[in-house]
Amino acid sequence: MSVDILVADNLSKRFVVEGRRIQALDAVSFSIRQGMVTGLIGPDGAGKTTLMRLAAGLLEPDGGTLRALGMDATRDALKVQAALGYMPQRFGLYEDLTVQENLDLYADLQGVPKDQRMARYRELMRMTALSEFTDRLAGRLSGGMKQKLGLACTLVRAPSLLLLDEPTVGVDPVSRRELWAIIERLVKEEGMSVLLSTAYLDEAERCEDVVLLHEGKVLMHGRPADLSAPMTGRTWAVKGGKLRDMQATLAGQPGVVDAQVQGDHVRLVTKMADVELIHLAGLADARIEAVKPRFEDGYVDLLRARSQSTSHESMAFNHPVTEAKGSEPVIHVENLRRSFGDFWAVDGISFEVNRGEIFGLLGANGAGKSTTFRMLCGLLPASSGSLTVAGLDLRHAASTARARIGYMSQKFSLYGNLSVMQNLVFFASAYGLPGKLRGERLKWALLEFELEKFADQLSASLPLGYKQRLAMACSLMHQPDILFLDEPTSGVDPLARREFWQRINALARSGVTVLITTHFMEEAEYCDRIAIMSSGRILTLDEPAVIKSHARTAGNPEPSMEDAFIHLVEDAEKVREAA
Amino acid sequence: MITRMIALIYKEFLALFKDPKSRLVLIAPPMIQLLVFGYAATFDLRHVQYALYNEDKGIASRELVAAFDGAPAFHRMATLQSEEQIAPLVDRRDVLMVIHIGPRFSADLLAGKSTPLQIIVDGRNSNTAMIVLNYVSTIVEQFNMQWIADHGLEAAPAKLETRAWFNPNLESRWFFIPGIIGMLTLVTTMLVTALTVAREREQGTFDQLLVTPLRPGEILLGKALPGFIIGMVQASVILLIATKWFDVPLLGSLPALYSGLSLFLVSGVGAGMLISSLAVTQQQGLLGAFLFMVPAVILSGFATPIANMPPTVQIVTLIDPLRYFLVVLRKVFLEGAGFDVLMGQLWPMALIGAATLTLASWLFRHRMY
Amino acid sequence: MGEFRGGSMMRLKGLVKKEFLQIARDPSSIAIAFLMPLFLLVLFGFGVSLDADHLPVALVAEQPTADSDDFLASIEGSHYFVPQHFLTMAAAEEAMREGRVNAIVHLRANFAKRLYRPDGAAIQIIVNGVDANTARLTQGYLQGVWVNWLERRAKSAGREMVTPVQLEQRVWYNGDVKSRNFLVPGLVAIIMTLIGTLLTALVMAREWERGTLEALLVTPVTMTEVLLGKIIAYFALGTGGMLLSVGLAVWLFGVPLVGSFWLLWVCASLFLLAALGMGLAISTLARNQFVAGQIAIVGTFLPAFLLSGFIFDIDSMPSVVQFITHLIVARYFVSIVQTLFMAGNVWSVVLPNVFALIVMAIFFMGITWRKSRKRLE
Repeated sequence: MSVDILVADNLSKRFVVEGRRIQALDAVSFSIRQGMVTGLIGPDGAGKTTLMRLAAGLLEPDGGTLRALGMDATRDALKVQAALGYMPQRFGLYEDLTVQENLDLYADLQGVPKDQRMARYRELMRMTALSEFTDRLAGRLSGGMKQKLGLACTLVRAPSLLLLDEPTVGVDPVSRRELWAIIERLVKEEGMSVLLSTAYLDEAERCEDVVLLHEGKVLMHGRPADLSAPMTGRTWAVKGGKLRDMQATLAGQPGVVDAQVQGDHVRLVTKMADVELIHLAGLADARIEAVKPRFEDGYVDLLRARSQSTSHESMAFNHPVTEAKGSEPVIHVENLRRSFGDFWAVDGISFEVNRGEIFGLLGANGAGKSTTFRMLCGLLPASSGSLTVAGLDLRHAASTARARIGYMSQKFSLYGNLSVMQNLVFFASAYGLPGKLRGERLKWALLEFELEKFADQLSASLPLGYKQRLAMACSLMHQPDILFLDEPTSGVDPLARREFWQRINALARSGVTVLITTHFMEEAEYCDRIAIMSSGRILTLDEPAVIKSHARTAGNPEPSMEDAFIHLVEDAEKVREAA
Repeated sequence: MITRMIALIYKEFLALFKDPKSRLVLIAPPMIQLLVFGYAATFDLRHVQYALYNEDKGIASRELVAAFDGAPAFHRMATLQSEEQIAPLVDRRDVLMVIHIGPRFSADLLAGKSTPLQIIVDGRNSNTAMIVLNYVSTIVEQFNMQWIADHGLEAAPAKLETRAWFNPNLESRWFFIPGIIGMLTLVTTMLVTALTVAREREQGTFDQLLVTPLRPGEILLGKALPGFIIGMVQASVILLIATKWFDVPLLGSLPALYSGLSLFLVSGVGAGMLISSLAVTQQQGLLGAFLFMVPAVILSGFATPIANMPPTVQIVTLIDPLRYFLVVLRKVFLEGAGFDVLMGQLWPMALIGAATLTLASWLFRHRMY
Repeated sequence: MGEFRGGSMMRLKGLVKKEFLQIARDPSSIAIAFLMPLFLLVLFGFGVSLDADHLPVALVAEQPTADSDDFLASIEGSHYFVPQHFLTMAAAEEAMREGRVNAIVHLRANFAKRLYRPDGAAIQIIVNGVDANTARLTQGYLQGVWVNWLERRAKSAGREMVTPVQLEQRVWYNGDVKSRNFLVPGLVAIIMTLIGTLLTALVMAREWERGTLEALLVTPVTMTEVLLGKIIAYFALGTGGMLLSVGLAVWLFGVPLVGSFWLLWVCASLFLLAALGMGLAISTLARNQFVAGQIAIVGTFLPAFLLSGFIFDIDSMPSVVQFITHLIVARYFVSIVQTLFMAGNVWSVVLPNVFALIVMAIFFMGITWRKSRKRLE
């Protein structure tokens, strides 16, 4: 028995950004049923956040209506707000208040009677496993804990409709799993209805119902299986040879929708079912198996068809690094430590990264990845230990040495009030590119990252995926031979992520050394080697396949990277608790 | 290296002028404020409201009253009939002063005797009170001289012969307008510099800058130069307004004035950069800007002379760059001073600038968290 | 509806508590509220004075005689002056150009001779007119010295000197004409403007920038409650700063508080509301901390310093500028504090200014309220 709890009828919303009109939502109609999780997916700038804000009564539509819980979300905004819960993309926790104080504030604001609070708090704290941290300042929680606290604050008064705008962005796999467990329990036990937007397609697959938005229109609405079903017979696992090279060969060919490195094979999606795969180049001596289609395959297929673009071969990168991939270490870290007060953020780590290698640093939020990055880039002095990048300590080396590295920080740090072009020009000049080369590189960046149509737009008003492109373009302007990427794909939609990795692969093949942190476990598989960090230490360092094989158990013969990661981190935590 | 610097400076200008609100704040207020403040800041009283309580009907009192009525600065608000009427008028601030002429005023004078003239002044603003008394005594002094001459009394054996150099009419506006130029220039440098690093820190772009080949010194320079340039342009425009609109005479050497301005901008920008590099958040930057700006203005000798301050406070003023710049401005404008007289003001500003800029550039790299 | 109102109280209490917790954790607001008045008032209370004392004057007697020595000695005897003797006028003028002296008292060679002639001798006084105020004070003091000297001379000669009209000055409210007595209360007003505005200038902009407002707005809370929560908390903090300032003025600087303390409290509270309102309005209009900070730097201190009547007499300004001063919140409070401190509870001064403060407070709060609708656009 399902009732529609959120009904959009011909809903439209425009924004005017610097004289440019952007149609965020274009006559959207759909309805969301009660008592289940509905996923809201779509590429960046599809209108997901606008839809959420309209539902929460924070924006006024230009046309059409949106009814939430039987009320008009615009006219009865206050009443709707009293009845639903909304967690914005960046939940504004008061970082200078403690966990308990944040909860108290929201309990007051939501009018939760005092006598019911204790029970509710206990329930929420148990659900989010934050009970030990009630006295800690919210600003000192890890990213995952912050999201859980944000959710708890949204839930102090159990709403009948819960809107979650990308709740798992920037959250590590362990916390992600916990968040999902909470959401599923809310639906099952409290009968809550949830609308959740996400960039993770494995999450979309867990939803009962999915709305796919694209350029302000509903492209598809139905069960996740509805999207993957047409893919039957079009998905393959290809094994043998050098996977990254094979992936690159496959990706650009006609008839191929998608090719992704996936552990020990390349996952291939073709345009037609049951085609003769042998005709494709590079598959002459590969072993090919048919595999079950996934939601992601359907998504990529649908959107690629839509945007008329095929999985293009990594564009001409004209990268000048000529030295072949060698084995000489470019980054050398030994027994590196860094403390903040009496807390060791990085507690004695050692590793080496070779030229042309893609080296991944994985770990939960707060494991010490970003601190390590900042030390490597010379932004933060190490407390002890030694580190060299291209033979130098960047903190003390001549400033020209920094021209050899590119750095892209977690927040895509760009000058928000400068236009795309101005940002590019600035970074090109900051790296001292001479006039002619600068012109070439600017042209390259605009083309390569498809930023031309945004060239005059303020970078602050770009959709997230384009911010990420711009940030990457800025860090590549000077053709560095070592690249530091700190969570470069967090919150970026799957297609943009694919393009991103194609670029990274192309760079690595031309000899650029890449050091990357990520929360996407499938991305870890694109790395040559990964190190998994926890509490400032490295738990394991090896090739992805090897790490996965360690997690193999009788019950789980084919563990995913995520399983392996969670397994390792939880083991380490058990050891620490025992100690 | 030059291209890098130009790019950095260009970026700072864009960041400042791209936002229409920010652009407005940066351009409009200094001009408007000079015009408004130029008229507001004066110790010359143009409109002293007074009440007259004249108990004397004689000719002498009429002559004296005529002298007051004829003085352009004085405006008679009320003519009182009894002593009780005085207090409420003064309390209400309706009048600043009450002239009380006693019943025997004319009789005493005609008899060749001294006679008192009672002046009651509102002392709530003691400075205004002192100025009013000064004006009154000038009028009374003239009246006395006239009376002595007209009635053949014996004149005083010695007379004061007063002249004022540099500002013969003692127009205090001439004194304050150069001061306002200094203050507005200081405010502008604070505006441009005090929050910039904190803003980049909060947005995370500062890290991005630090990993480029730019040296901390270059970043500092890139951030300091826009402040210097904007300050220079703005100061020039308001200098023009001061001389053309307010007709303040500019007697001294322009090169000396601009050397002073440059060094002042260097020291002001240096202080701004120091605040900026110390502040982690913009709130702290703003607090720092005020904690520097307010004492710098009040202790600069703008309105209250440094000589009047107690010795310990006078020592504090030695690190106030505005103190030196005000002297430069006033001496060049009104006294026609050149480099020879001003050396003593120039080097302290250079020293303050060098010290603050060095410290700021050191902090750039060493204050990460 | 009753339940709703009860909810409103609970929400407001929650918001106020939140603001207090944030204040307690952020040293900069506490610094603004308490350290700033302490630092500024102590520095200025001791440092700022318009009472010229120890004025450096050059004394030049071209031909020293008993008479010239007698006159110069009376200058030396005055505590207003720090005399320096110069032998030639050229040397004295040089000293004046270099700023070592403010004035020159010049007795020509024929001073003593002409003193006994009917048309009398001239005492030449040259003041440095750059600082017109100090110049005028110097003239006034020298004139006083001169009058006393004449009287003393007349008396010693057994005659009485007749000055036809003798000024009898009575300065009300501030009998010893101490400039500190009016500068310190005025400073309290200036400092309170800065505190009030600075406390709130960034708070709304900060909530916009950090995304906390979006999360607040989807709760049943109304914008009025959010604003009220901030005003109540910062009002309490500002009151602390105000009490500290008044306490310092009275106890440390010995400025007499003639009027009622409670009346002062009421007026200061109204003023604080207006200043907080101004900060909130800046914050709401700018929506971005950088611009809000810039507006606060440009728009608060100098206007309050120059246009409030703190030092410069508003009546002497041209009428256009006088009109502009009505937009300066500090103007009304300066008038109130100067009256309450020195003259007492003069209702006819206090009431119109109180009314103006109420209007200003409503004006700024109104702008803030109108501009912060519960929408994100």
